[in-house]
Amino acid sequence: MIRLPLVLFFSAVLFSAGVYGVLARRNAVLVLMSIELMLNAVNVNLIAFSQALHDLTGQAFALFVIAVAAAEVGIGLAIVILIYRNRETINIDEVNLLKW
Amino acid sequence: MLGQFLSHPPVELGPIGPELVLAGAGVLVLLGGALVRRRQPRALLLASLAGLTGAAVVSVSLWRWRGHATVLGGMVQADRFAVVARLILLGVAALALVLGHHYFERLGEERPEFYPLVLFTTLGMTLITAAADLILVFLALEILSLSLYVLTALSRRLAAVEGSMKYFLLGAFSSAFFLYGVAMAYGATGSTHLSTIARSLAGQTGNQALALAAVALLVIGFGFKVAAVPFHMWTPDVYQGAPTAVTAYMSAATKVAAFAAFLRVLMTSFQPLTWDWTPIVWGLAVATMIVGSVLAIAQTDIKRMLAYSSIAHAGFVLVGVSAATQEGIQSALFYLLAYAATILGAFGVVMLASGRGEEHTSLGSYAGLCRRSPLLAGLMSLFLLSMAGIPPTAGFIAKVNVFRAAVDAGHWGVALVGVLASVVAAFFYIRVMVLMYMQEPLEDVEPDPSIVPRLAVAVPALLTLLFGVFPGLVLGLLERASVLRW
Repeated sequence: MIRLPLVLFFSAVLFSAGVYGVLARRNAVLVLMSIELMLNAVNVNLIAFSQALHDLTGQAFALFVIAVAAAEVGIGLAIVILIYRNRETINIDEVNLLKW
Repeated sequence: MLGQFLSHPPVELGPIGPELVLAGAGVLVLLGGALVRRRQPRALLLASLAGLTGAAVVSVSLWRWRGHATVLGGMVQADRFAVVARLILLGVAALALVLGHHYFERLGEERPEFYPLVLFTTLGMTLITAAADLILVFLALEILSLSLYVLTALSRRLAAVEGSMKYFLLGAFSSAFFLYGVAMAYGATGSTHLSTIARSLAGQTGNQALALAAVALLVIGFGFKVAAVPFHMWTPDVYQGAPTAVTAYMSAATKVAAFAAFLRVLMTSFQPLTWDWTPIVWGLAVATMIVGSVLAIAQTDIKRMLAYSSIAHAGFVLVGVSAATQEGIQSALFYLLAYAATILGAFGVVMLASGRGEEHTSLGSYAGLCRRSPLLAGLMSLFLLSMAGIPPTAGFIAKVNVFRAAVDAGHWGVALVGVLASVVAAFFYIRVMVLMYMQEPLEDVEPDPSIVPRLAVAVPALLTLLFGVFPGLVLGLLERASVLRW
């Protein structure tokens, strides 16, 4: 039996890694992957709570999150492809038509 | 025997009637757009409008709902707050469909996917206003966000794709924070039902530290959606990049939907923690009003200026939210109604005045607009006056109401900042009016001469005047709608 605080700490680290990835990476696909990491950190959290509380809501919610994450990746990759076709780059620093 | 195995809780579909109608209409329009060989955008428009009308009729019938307060396993709340928010959203969607139809028709682009996407977005928005469970809030938030990302990119212009990508990356980022907040709330109280969370927190049975983390993360998530400073960075880019008709729709509707959910979550499930979240909302309101108003001054593009103005307006609504009283909810609802009408109309005028496509959206191209089109200049002035909060427009009454709610709740400081911010904001609104009326035209832009979109812009203008002169028409209704029970 793994203790709850340990799992929460793990998921917090995972989430922070995702946040770091979103802020530090310049490649749109890597940013997208970092966001996935954040969502999965939350899934770990939900399942840990579900186990600790002896309640199934958390696990059901995790399934919803997985489905939503898949939909999000679908839209996200479509937008990235659209950008690539237009600009021949997916570096988000070079996509800077709009500012101020 | 069989009934024993198939026993299920009673299913009451009444309170999600509007969403069912919208989903049905959306699927039909989607199929119609894909299957019919000779595509008729007009038929798709009419079918979509029929769907919206049906949803509105079902919503109105829910005003007198006598069944359970929550249905479908406590997922959906059937209250008057949801009815009012839905009606505002459906009205905005109908006008935006007319504007968008005209926008793409004039551009000569065939976009049959525009209509179902607007219907699905509206479905997500109306669902989020009625959501009584954090799972449903998250799902509805994703429905509306994913559709909006696609709507933003619905153009051949590069700026639209770029705006869409920024919107998507930041929106997904904020969804993750929101989701983390939901997980924390679940861990703190053992439930995702808004009312169960409230009961658990009121009874001190929940984990307070986790609950506070949940409030903070949920505020970040909602802050992104309503474009509150410091989570506003995407707004100007997205509003400028998106096709103007889509901008009109999302600037008005997203804010209404996100604020409705924000109000419901804060005022029901986290009501026992009111003293803890009020200062956060207070700080957000002050930062949003000041930054939105000051940065709008520096803008040279009308869409960007209106985007910053919409950020500032989010701050004014937050003033009403920070009051955390029934009066606060009522004032926030009225502000949202006035804001939705005004910003929809303003972007509608921008769409008509900026020629075909998006070529002329700089402030300079508004010089001498009253020579070329007195009607458009007059409508624009009305909307700008309403945004600045000058009587006799709805914006004035709305601002007075939120400030009064804040002062009554003892937050006179935030009201004072609000008044100062609206003085600053008046400068850039009136600057556009000076350009339109007192300068010679610089460029030769022919405004769009069509009648139908003009009517679609005239409707919000009439509402702005009507609610400014006779606010009593809706204030009574809003007061009865601003009771959030748990």
